[in-house]
Amino acid sequence: MAKLLPKGRLLSWSVPLIAVFLGIFIGAIIMLVSGYNPITGYSALIRGIFSDTYYLGETIRMMTPLILAGLAVAFAFRTGLLNIGVEGQLIVGWLASVYVGIAFDLPAVLHLPMAILAGALAGALWGFIPGLLKAKFQVHEVIVTIMMNYIALYTANAIIRSYLLVPGERTESINQSASLSSPFLQSLTDFSRLHWGFVVAILACVIMWFILWRTTKGYELRAVGLNQHASQYAGMNVQRNIILSMLISGGFAGVAGAMEGLGTYGYMSILSGFSGLGFDGIAVALLGANTAIGVVLASFLFGGLKIGALNMQSQAGVPTELVEIVIALIIFFVASSYIIRWVMNRVKKEDI
Amino acid sequence: MDIMQILGLVIPAAIFAAAPLILTALGGLFSERAGVVNIGLEGLMVMGAFTAIITTLTLEGMGMGGPVVILLALVISILIGSLFSLFHAVASITFRADQIVSGVALNFLAVGLTVFIVRLLYNKGQTDYISNRIYRMDVPLLSDIPFIGPLFFSSAYMTSYVAILLAVIVYFVIFYTPFGLRLRSVGEHPMAADTMGINVNRMRYIGVMLSGAFAGLGGAVFALTVTGNFSATTIVGQGFMALAALIFGKWNPLGALGAALFFGLAQALSITGQQIPLLSDVPPVFLLIAPYVLTILALAGFVGRAEGPKAIGKPYIKGSR
Repeated sequence: MAKLLPKGRLLSWSVPLIAVFLGIFIGAIIMLVSGYNPITGYSALIRGIFSDTYYLGETIRMMTPLILAGLAVAFAFRTGLLNIGVEGQLIVGWLASVYVGIAFDLPAVLHLPMAILAGALAGALWGFIPGLLKAKFQVHEVIVTIMMNYIALYTANAIIRSYLLVPGERTESINQSASLSSPFLQSLTDFSRLHWGFVVAILACVIMWFILWRTTKGYELRAVGLNQHASQYAGMNVQRNIILSMLISGGFAGVAGAMEGLGTYGYMSILSGFSGLGFDGIAVALLGANTAIGVVLASFLFGGLKIGALNMQSQAGVPTELVEIVIALIIFFVASSYIIRWVMNRVKKEDI
Repeated sequence: MDIMQILGLVIPAAIFAAAPLILTALGGLFSERAGVVNIGLEGLMVMGAFTAIITTLTLEGMGMGGPVVILLALVISILIGSLFSLFHAVASITFRADQIVSGVALNFLAVGLTVFIVRLLYNKGQTDYISNRIYRMDVPLLSDIPFIGPLFFSSAYMTSYVAILLAVIVYFVIFYTPFGLRLRSVGEHPMAADTMGINVNRMRYIGVMLSGAFAGLGGAVFALTVTGNFSATTIVGQGFMALAALIFGKWNPLGALGAALFFGLAQALSITGQQIPLLSDVPPVFLLIAPYVLTILALAGFVGRAEGPKAIGKPYIKGSR
C-alpha cells in the first residue's frame, strides 16, 4: 500500500488532487440521493466544456477573471495575508476601467492600457487601506477587507446611479478603442464572448512569478510571509512590505474587474450582489497552492465546472448549484489538508 | 414633521431591523469567545432562513396554521443551524483547517445546497411566499405607557424583544457562569485551560454549535419577518453585518446588542431617510456604508480599541506552545 503513495514532489500535488476527487465524489453522491444519474450528469458536464468550440471559448473567458482573482489572493497569501477583499477590489477596478473606457476618446494603443491601468490602480487603492491599517494599527486584514467589499458594492452602485446611468440599470458601453473584445476570437469560437483578456491574465501570471522569484523585493515579500520577526531582524521593513503586498494584490484584483468591464460585458451594471469572482479567487488560490501555474490549472477546473454546469442543467436536468456545492467541498478539503496528510501517514506507518 | 413623528418612524424600524443582527451576533460571540473565527455566520443564516421557509410552507401544505407553525419553524431552524455548523466545527477544530477559509467555504456551501434543494423541491429558483408570518402586536400594559409606549412597545415584533432579552441572558451566561468562564478561557489561553482540565476541543465544538443555533434563529427571524420567501438573495450581507456588530461591540453581548441596534438604525434611516427633513439631502449610500466604515474605524482604534479573544483563529494542538 505504501508503495502506491506519492513521494516528494508528487506529494505536494496529491493533496489538491485528492481534494478535487473527494469534492466530485460527494457531488456524485448528492446527485444519486436527489434522484439524478451522476454518470449522465458528469458526462453532460464534461461535454459542456469540450464538445464545442463555443463552450471552450466561454470556458477560457470565464477563466480570465478567475486567474487574476486567484493571483490576487495567492500574492497576498505569499506574504502571510489573507485578502478576502478581492471582490470589492474587483468591483472598483471594474468601475474605474469602464469609466476610463467611456470618458476618453484616444487611439486604442493608449486607451486600452490606460483603462486596464485605471482598474489596477482602483483595486490597488482598495487594497492599500487594509494594508495600511494592518501595518500601522495591527488591524486584522480579513475583517477590514470584508467591510471594504460592502463599501465598494454600495459606493459603485451609487456612483453608477447618480452619474453614469443609462436605461437598463447600467452604464453606457465603453468606446471601441478601450475594448478587449475581438470579432476574430469570437468567430473562431462560434461566437462565444471570448476576448483578448486571457493574454492579460497569462501576462499577469508571468509578472507575479517574476516579482516573487526574480526580484529582491519579491524575496523580501516572501520572507515577511514566512516569518515577520526574522525579516524584521534581518533589516527588512515589515510594515512597508505588508502595504506593498496588499497594493499589488489589489492591483491584480482590479485588473480582474477590468477584464469584465472591458472584455466580457463592455459596461457595468448596478450589482444586486457580489459577482462571486472574488470568493472563487480564494478557492482558485488555495487549490493552486499559491503558484502561478497552479492558479491557471485551478482556474481551468473551476471555469470549466461553471460553464459545463450550464450544459449539465440543460441536458441532464441537474441544477447548476451542484457545481457550487462541489467547489465549496473542494475548498473544505484543501483547507483540511491536515487530515489528508494524517491518513496518508497512517497508511505509510502500517506497512513499515 | 415634529420630533415625535420622526422617532415614531425610526425607532420601531430600527429595533425591527436589528433583531436578526442581534441574534446572529450573539451566535458569533459564542464561537469567537471559544477561539473559533466564524466568517460562516452568513451561511448559517442562509440555512436558518431556508429551513424556516421550507418548514412553514410544508406545514401550511398540510393544512396547519397560526403561531404553532411559526414556533415549529423557529425550533427546526435552530436545530438545522447547529447541525450545519458542524461542518465548520469539524473542519476548523478536528481537521485543523484555516478557520477563515473554512468559514468562506461554509458560506458557499449553504447557498449552493439550499438553492439546489429549492430547485429540487419546487422546480424553480425561489420558494412561494408563506402566509403565516410573524406579525406585529402591542405588548400588553407596556404599550399604554405614555411617550415610551407608542415608541417601543406598540405594533412591534415579539422576536425583537426576545432578541434583546437573549442578549442580556447571554451576557449573564458568558460573564457570570462557570460555563462562560470555561468558554472564555478556551478562547484566551487554551493551554492553560487544558491544564486546568477543560476539554478545549469540546468547548470549541459547543461554541461553534451555539453559533449555528443562534445564527439559524437569526436567519429564520429575518425570513419570517422581512422577506417571506427564500431564494439565493434572501440573505445578502446580513451575516457579515452581524459579524461587524460583534466586533464593533468588542465581543461583549451588550456591546453587540448596542452595535446591532445602531446598525439597525442606520438601515432604518437609509430606508425612511427621505421622509426626514434633515436627512433627505444626505445621499442614502452614506447611511448604507456607515456600519462598515464605523467597524473599520473601531478596529483601527479611532472609536476605542476593539481587541478580540487572544487565541482566536488558531487550532489547538495538544502539547504545542
